Amino acid sequence: MTSGYNFAYLDENTKRMLRRGLLKAIAIPGHQVPFASREMPLAHGWGTGGIQVTAAVLGEHDVLKVIDQGSDDTTNAVNIRQFFARTAGVATTTRTREATVIQTRHRIPEAPLKAGQILVYQVPQPEPLYRLEPRRAETLTLHAFAEYGLMNVKLYEDLARWGRVETAYDYPVRVDGRYVMAPSPIPAFDNPKMHRMPALQLFGAGREKRLYAIPPYTDVHSLDFEDHPFEVHLQGQACALCGCTTSFLDETVQAEGEVLWTCSDSDWCREQQEGLAL
Amino acid sequence: MSLANDVVLDVRGLHKRFTLHLRGGVELPVLHDVSLQVRRGDCVALVGPSGQGKSTLMKCLYGSYGADAGQIVFQGEGGLLDLAQASPHQMLAQRRRAIAYVSQFLRTVPRVPALDVVAERALQAHPEPADGEPDDEAQHAEALETARDAARVLLRRLNLPTALWSLPPATFSGGEQQRINIARGFVEPARLLLLDEPTASLDAANRRVVVQLIEEAKARGTAVVGIFHDEEVRDAVATRCVELGTPSDR
Amino acid sequence: MTSIEPLLQVRALGHRFPSVRGGPWAVCDASFELFAGEVVAIVGESGSGKSTLLNAVGARLRPLAGQVLYRTAAGAWVDVHAAPERQRRELARSEWGFVEQAAADGLRLNVSAGANIGERLMGRGDRHYGRLRATAADWMQRVELDPARIDDAPRAFSGGMRQRLQIARNLVTQPRLVLMDEPTSGLDVSVQARLLDLIRHLSQRLHLCALIVTHDLGVARLLAQRTLVMHEGRIVEQGLTDRVLDDPQHPYTQLLVSSVVAP
Repeated sequence: MTSGYNFAYLDENTKRMLRRGLLKAIAIPGHQVPFASREMPLAHGWGTGGIQVTAAVLGEHDVLKVIDQGSDDTTNAVNIRQFFARTAGVATTTRTREATVIQTRHRIPEAPLKAGQILVYQVPQPEPLYRLEPRRAETLTLHAFAEYGLMNVKLYEDLARWGRVETAYDYPVRVDGRYVMAPSPIPAFDNPKMHRMPALQLFGAGREKRLYAIPPYTDVHSLDFEDHPFEVHLQGQACALCGCTTSFLDETVQAEGEVLWTCSDSDWCREQQEGLAL
Repeated sequence: MSLANDVVLDVRGLHKRFTLHLRGGVELPVLHDVSLQVRRGDCVALVGPSGQGKSTLMKCLYGSYGADAGQIVFQGEGGLLDLAQASPHQMLAQRRRAIAYVSQFLRTVPRVPALDVVAERALQAHPEPADGEPDDEAQHAEALETARDAARVLLRRLNLPTALWSLPPATFSGGEQQRINIARGFVEPARLLLLDEPTASLDAANRRVVVQLIEEAKARGTAVVGIFHDEEVRDAVATRCVELGTPSDR
Repeated sequence: MTSIEPLLQVRALGHRFPSVRGGPWAVCDASFELFAGEVVAIVGESGSGKSTLLNAVGARLRPLAGQVLYRTAAGAWVDVHAAPERQRRELARSEWGFVEQAAADGLRLNVSAGANIGERLMGRGDRHYGRLRATAADWMQRVELDPARIDDAPRAFSGGMRQRLQIARNLVTQPRLVLMDEPTSGLDVSVQARLLDLIRHLSQRLHLCALIVTHDLGVARLLAQRTLVMHEGRIVEQGLTDRVLDDPQHPYTQLLVSSVVAP
């Protein structure tokens, strides 16, 4: 651990402020809580919100995993993991099942999470109504009165234009039957994992300065229409490395032009290959 | 307030003046202590030179002008009513069923076809739907067709060419517009019928039709008050003539 | 005569916009009633307070004085500005409609015509895509828009078409009270004629109560059974439209009526 930094980089008062915000967020599932987002040693848009949340909840005995689009090996994931290794001295891992805190950008791990784990999402735009109603004051009012007709307008538009809901990621959900929430740009494929997840889910948007949360075992339903219910579509391919047909696959075009499908979740792929998955 | 047996309209001591604020408040008295009784089946012709208030009296009866003093006791829809004191809604209710007015001008919403201009008067007279409840589609369509049938009968009698029925009347000739006005006035039986120069732009044949329509209305018990500059028509339909400014004969 | 209960009662309404030295009252001591199924026009020149009055009635601004009492579909009287905001918003979404002067203000321009019409339905919980679409198409026909254009955005529509789309968007929930702010201004004469006919037809068929602000006396005469005349924030005259226009009593009304340029 590098000396000269407070544990996990942020000072204690800031962490206290974040924890208060997080407690409020957990108490009101799906509701966006404003917070005084700090300047972090990386630019906005690179996970500053997620990092602040992780810094606030991390304890010295925690085991941290950081993934970016399912992979532990991308530049971002590596940098963030090393950041906490240096400033908090915590153990880190690439194994989902061994982590106590998992910070993620744009995926939920394939391995089902357990009670006692915390999943921290990096969020670019916390406001699900943003595209249709950019005025903050107006969306605050809509959320306060649960006036979500506009959200269905978005889905209607997709259906009208494409014949199906085209929102492939950051698909809006209704939490605990009350607030409509943006789950961050995870693929719609991952949405069902949020429903009644035993782990605590925390969301941090650094640039927009908002926190929100889903407590364990909370109902989370993706918005849809009666006659066009939300459905997860399997891609119909198998991972070229492990043969799995049920996980979310990345599609890579090779130099020769052929398409390679591989598990997005690198740890899951490893488990499959090692025959360890249950 | 009460009316003798057959009396439909009893005008008592009506006064009307215009105050022209734009000309320094100059007052123009027009009606002075006008009294008039009209019975069922009567046709009272208002006669006399222009400027004596004939049209003004008609408009007071219809509610287009307000009266300054006096009463207009009317045996209307739902009972006796002093039209001079009636609220806008009471007046509107009377205009829907009890009072019809054939004026000299035709003002209509621009695109409504001539047939519907007439038919809508008949349709308006129908019982109103309950507060906030829109009409049932089928019922409305049926009612509209019945009203249009009544309108067609009248337009045929008035010799309005069928080709014009589906056109908006704004571009019609004076005589054609007047016949629409007349049809609209007669399509729904009323207790009081006000006619302001109903035959001014009509040829002899159509004047005769109008005379017939008036006779039929009288026979039904409608009280008619009219201004007829055409003496022939007046002589044919009027049961008496009244000159304003002179004591009326009862 | 049987008396009918009014739908809306405005009592001594007054409003002034904040300014350093107080400023004039935009609306002062305005009182009137509205009944189901009638069309009432508010006429007056620019600055007379008509739009302020309309906005106060439609709960888009909170007046400094007076009350707006509305009788809900359930029969209960609500003091609009004293009620909780949730209830006000609920009423504005379901029982009232507001047609803006500029259609662009009353529509979502970047969303399809069908979605514009369906939004109020989705807002009240309708979640069947097929039915929403069918209702939207039906309403487009009623306002004489080609239902084949249901997926076009309002950007692709002309001013008159946008105005009709705005009307459809408001009427789809069958409101009992519709407020319109200069609905025909800025439109070509032939387009105006079409819109007037549509408003007249719909208000009759749906037994709507409509309150229409207009500076055009011709519109008032053709559409409204009753008219209110506003001048410098006050209602100076009100009554049957033909009486107000043909036998005006108040000096300002006489001035207004005599100033009209007849075609």
